[in-house]
Amino acid sequence: MEITKEDLLKMFETMVTIRQFELRAFAEVGQRSLRGAIHLSVGQEAVPTGICAHLTDDDYLASTHRGHGHCIAKGVNVQGMMAEILQKATGTNKGKGGSMHIADMSKGMLGANGVVGSSVPLAVGAALAAKHRGTDQVAIAFFGDGAVNQGVVHESMNLAAIWKLPVIFACENNLYAESTPVEYATPIADIAERAKGYNMPGVVVDGMDAFAVYDAAGAAIGRARAGLGPTLLECKTYRYYGHAAFDNPKSYRSTEEEEEWKARDAIMKFKERVLEEGTLNQSELDETEAAITEMMDDAVRFADESPDPDLSELLTDVYVDPPKSSLGRSAHLFT
Amino acid sequence: MTSKTTRMLSYRDAVNEALQQEMERNPDIILMGEDIAGAAGRADQGFVDAWGGPFRTTQGLIQKFGEDRVRDTPISEAAFVGTAIGAAAAGVRTVAELMYFDFVGVCFDQLLNNAAKMHYMYGGNVTLPFTLLTRIGAGVGSAAQHSEILYALMSHIPGLKGVVPSDAYTAKGLLTAALRSNDPVIFFEHKLLYHEQCEVPEESYELPIGQARTVREGTDITLVGISKMTSVCLEAAELLAAEGVNAEVVDLLSVFPIDYDHIIASVQKTHRLVIVDEDTPTCSVAADIAATVGEEAFDSLDAPIMRVQAPHTPVPYARELELAYIPDAQRVVKTVREVFGN
Repeated sequence: MEITKEDLLKMFETMVTIRQFELRAFAEVGQRSLRGAIHLSVGQEAVPTGICAHLTDDDYLASTHRGHGHCIAKGVNVQGMMAEILQKATGTNKGKGGSMHIADMSKGMLGANGVVGSSVPLAVGAALAAKHRGTDQVAIAFFGDGAVNQGVVHESMNLAAIWKLPVIFACENNLYAESTPVEYATPIADIAERAKGYNMPGVVVDGMDAFAVYDAAGAAIGRARAGLGPTLLECKTYRYYGHAAFDNPKSYRSTEEEEEWKARDAIMKFKERVLEEGTLNQSELDETEAAITEMMDDAVRFADESPDPDLSELLTDVYVDPPKSSLGRSAHLFT
Repeated sequence: MTSKTTRMLSYRDAVNEALQQEMERNPDIILMGEDIAGAAGRADQGFVDAWGGPFRTTQGLIQKFGEDRVRDTPISEAAFVGTAIGAAAAGVRTVAELMYFDFVGVCFDQLLNNAAKMHYMYGGNVTLPFTLLTRIGAGVGSAAQHSEILYALMSHIPGLKGVVPSDAYTAKGLLTAALRSNDPVIFFEHKLLYHEQCEVPEESYELPIGQARTVREGTDITLVGISKMTSVCLEAAELLAAEGVNAEVVDLLSVFPIDYDHIIASVQKTHRLVIVDEDTPTCSVAADIAATVGEEAFDSLDAPIMRVQAPHTPVPYARELELAYIPDAQRVVKTVREVFGN
């Protein structure tokens, strides 16, 4: 699939933004001694980048606990995300959700979700909404290899298949569900094979190659937009860090394995390819990276200059139409 | 009061009418569930609306609104409840039917972690115009897995609303309100009420979610009824009248939010309270009402608050056991006598 120069630069920018954002957010949380769950997707940047390059703000995406990359690739503002993680009132979700629950409906971002597999039917629902409206919108359900043995994921694939809904089941197979290796938890080599049970295409993709992801996602999304139903895309990828901040991945995987995957680093390989093909030049790449570093500085500054959430926010947003008879009984917390 | 044309209508037909009227009014309502029409996909063989819903509450809807808006689902509660929630997040109003509330176990995560929490954890960014229709109640010989009440499970979860209509009039008004609400609402239909009839306006109307109503004025004791138990309270009130006790009956109508203020106002008048709840007693709605009234209106009470509830057991099958399980008017009368020290 042909990619314009503008799109190439955008893809590079997305991958670098994801990586810089995550490393920066993680460091800033640590420096401030904040308590805050963060799951890094560093290493997996090519997957959301290649898929979301085909989307507009009108398309939907439902994410996982490891969702920063999905949010960034879907266009969620990084200042709001940084402020959210640094627990500020100006965060995407007013500081009520944190890293694991970033949502922005203005970008079609239905939310990162802390229960493995739980967000998959939400994407199916968004696809149903699109079908009901008669638009060509699509929905992406991101999930990891850890989710593929959850019943709701299978039920959702079945429902999407019988109703021919415009949804892409995007499995980021990073080989580990927490510390449990995929080959232990799943008795088949390729998760994409499971698509057969739902009579939908199942495609294995090199998740370290943004171009391969872009091509496969383009075909799947094109199919969905044309009303031909869902696809299961299995993107084989790798998370460089542990499951979460507390986790040392060396306790369950070898350094050799880590080095093998890092030698195929998505950003590094992307750079090599565009330079070799002459589609982007070194100074364009350098300028992009420098601009992103500046953007991160700005995001951290924005968060630092933002107020903490007002305590009264504890009781808001539970309901659109809050019941006074019950919530009113919590008002004593502030008197 | 405006002049409204009313006629006798059953609870079942009231549910059906509310769905029809709202789906007509709002073309963006999608309904989904198991066998809500029946014979899905067989229109070409002449089979349409084979069931009209397991309890016929959705009969005729597929003919009127088509198979895109009235969707039979596979037996996949987690998927279709989650799908309904996701579609609601994307701006389409959805109604999912969970055939029996006992089945909540297989889709509980979607209600607990998505429906209830999305508005809050996303800082108000996501709104869910979503209604779950479901049914509760013992008395039809369906035993432990098709008869439970269990609404207290949901009352415990911030972010959800739950309504418990006690007759056809409240069924239509509360369902209409649910179908216009931007908060997720669970609509608990009691199976034993489907054939009960009362006067119901033809035109659509809303009853406010979270407001109880007084269905019998009295001066000596307040009986709070929930769902089917409201009629049990009314029956008990008649028996008590013969004994010289003038009972007030409050119909709770909503198990979250709970209209404590209405109950407390009644207790300030009657000074005595008995709560009648078909649910099991531990951590129940009745227990919560008793605690709140105890905290906030202790000085108004002339006697301890008492509860009439099912025992802490699953619902039994054999008729005699099942009848012993369900609170009835005699148990209410006996409890009221205890409150009065008799």
